[in-house]
Amino acid sequence: MINPTEYLPKSYHPRVSTYWWLTRWVYLKFILREASSVFVAWTVILTLLQIRALAAGPARYAEFQDWLRSPLLLVLNAVSLFFVVFHAVTWFNLAPKAMVVRVGGRRLPNLAISAPNFAAWAVLSAAIAWILMRG
Amino acid sequence: MANRITIEVTRYDPAQDEKPRFDSFEVPLRKEWVVLDALNYIKDHLDGSLTFRWSCRMGVCGSCGMTVNGVPKLTCATFLSDYAPGPVRVEPMKNFPVLKDLVVDTSDFLVKLEKSKPWIIRKVEKPLDEEYFQTPEQLEAYKQYSMCINCMLCYAACPVYGLDPLFIGPAAIALAQRYNMDSRDEGASERMDILSQHDGIWGCTFVGECTQVCPKHVDPAGAIQQYKLTATMEWVKALVLPRGSE
Amino acid sequence: MSKRSNEPFLWLLFSAGGVVSALLMPIHLLLFALAFPLGWLDGPGYEKLLVLLRHPMTRVYLLVLCSLPLFHWAHRFRFTLYDGLQIKHLSEFINVFCYGGATVGTVVAACLLWSI
Repeated sequence: MINPTEYLPKSYHPRVSTYWWLTRWVYLKFILREASSVFVAWTVILTLLQIRALAAGPARYAEFQDWLRSPLLLVLNAVSLFFVVFHAVTWFNLAPKAMVVRVGGRRLPNLAISAPNFAAWAVLSAAIAWILMRG
Repeated sequence: MANRITIEVTRYDPAQDEKPRFDSFEVPLRKEWVVLDALNYIKDHLDGSLTFRWSCRMGVCGSCGMTVNGVPKLTCATFLSDYAPGPVRVEPMKNFPVLKDLVVDTSDFLVKLEKSKPWIIRKVEKPLDEEYFQTPEQLEAYKQYSMCINCMLCYAACPVYGLDPLFIGPAAIALAQRYNMDSRDEGASERMDILSQHDGIWGCTFVGECTQVCPKHVDPAGAIQQYKLTATMEWVKALVLPRGSE
Repeated sequence: MSKRSNEPFLWLLFSAGGVVSALLMPIHLLLFALAFPLGWLDGPGYEKLLVLLRHPMTRVYLLVLCSLPLFHWAHRFRFTLYDGLQIKHLSEFINVFCYGGATVGTVVAACLLWSI
C-alpha cells in the first residue's frame, strides 16, 4: 500500500468496537434485520416438528398442539412472527435497490417494484389461509 | 435561539498523544453557519493549531467529510443550527487512520479506487475524429454514479469496511458500475474479475448506510446489490454454457 | 472470470430463501403457531391436514418452504457472526456450521416428507 505519510511518527488507528451495532439506531436496525434469519430458521424447525407429529398419528399431533399452547412457545412464536414480518417488510422495501427495471429507457420508481411484492405477499397469504380453512 | 454553541472537537497530535482527546470551544451560533464555519472560527480566533481539510465550501470537492454527532457528514453542508442547543461533537471520519486532529489518511481508498478501473476501457479505440454517440437513455443509465465526489463518507459509514479493511468498499464499486453501465465502455469483464472476489461485492451485507450518508445521492448500496445480481447471472450463464460464454 | 467463486451460488440461495420466507412464512407462523392453537380461527383437523400433507404438491411446497429459508438463514447468520461478533477468523468453522446446517436441514426435511 502507498503510504505518503511515512515521515510522520505515527497515526492513530481506531478499532471498531465489538458493539458497533449498538452505537447508532440504523446499525441496530440492520442487525435486527439480519437476526430475523434466526427466527426464519426457527419457523422451519417448527414446521418440521409439526410434520413429524402429523406423521406420528393423532395422539402425537394433539400433544404437539398442547406444546404450542405452552406460554414459552407462545411468547417465542409471537416474537418470531414479529421478526418474520420485519424480514418480509424490509425485504420487499429493499428489492427495488437490487432490481432495476427500465421501461422506455426510464428507471421504474421504487414503488413500482415493491408494490407488486407486497401484493403478492397479500395474495399468497390469503390463498394459504383459504386452503387451510375452507370447509 | 441562544447565540453561542459548544463544539467538542477531536484533538490528536501524533508527536505527543497516544490517543485522541476532545477539546471544547464556544463559538457564535449563527443561522447561516455550517459546521465548517465554526471550525474556521476556532482556527482563526481560538486555537490556530486545529487541523482539518476543506476546500470548496459548496459540497463539490469532497474534502471536508467528518463525523458530526456520530454521523458522517460534509461539514460544509451541515448547519450548526440543526444541532442547537448543542454541544456538537466533531470527530474525524471513522474507519480511517487519524493523522492529526480531524485529518485522516485516505491512501487506502485511493489504492482501491484504482483497482476498480474507473475509466473507459475500449478494446479498440475509435480514430480521434470519430465520436462516441450516446442517447439520453444511455446517459441516464450511469449518470447517478458519476455524481460521486470521492468524499469517502460512504467508507466512514460502512461497518464492513471498518471491520475488514480489505473490503474494496462502496464508492469504488459504485464507480466501477458507473463505467460498466456506460455504453462506450467495454471493460465490464475486467472489472468483474476484481470485484467478484470475496473482498469485492460479496463482502457487502447491505447495511445500506453508505447510501444514506451520500451527499450526492449516488446510492452505492444499490450499485453493489445490482452488481451482485449481474455477477450471479454471469455465474448461471457460465454454468449453463460452460464454453463460449465470454 | 479468473477465479471461480462460489459466492454467486450462495447468494442465489440466500435471495431465493429470502423471497420464499418473506412471502410465505408470516402466514404459516401466524396460523399454525398462534391463531389455530389459541382458537382465534378454526384450523383444519388432523385428518384434513394429513390428506393435504400427502398430496405431492404439498410435499414439494413444504420442501421448498423448509430448504431455501435455511440457506437464507445460513448466509445472513454467517455474516452476522463475522461482523457482529468479529469472529471472521473462525470463518471455516462458521461456514461448515451455517451451510452444513442448512444442508442437513434440507436432507431431514426431504426424508421426513418422503416417508409420510
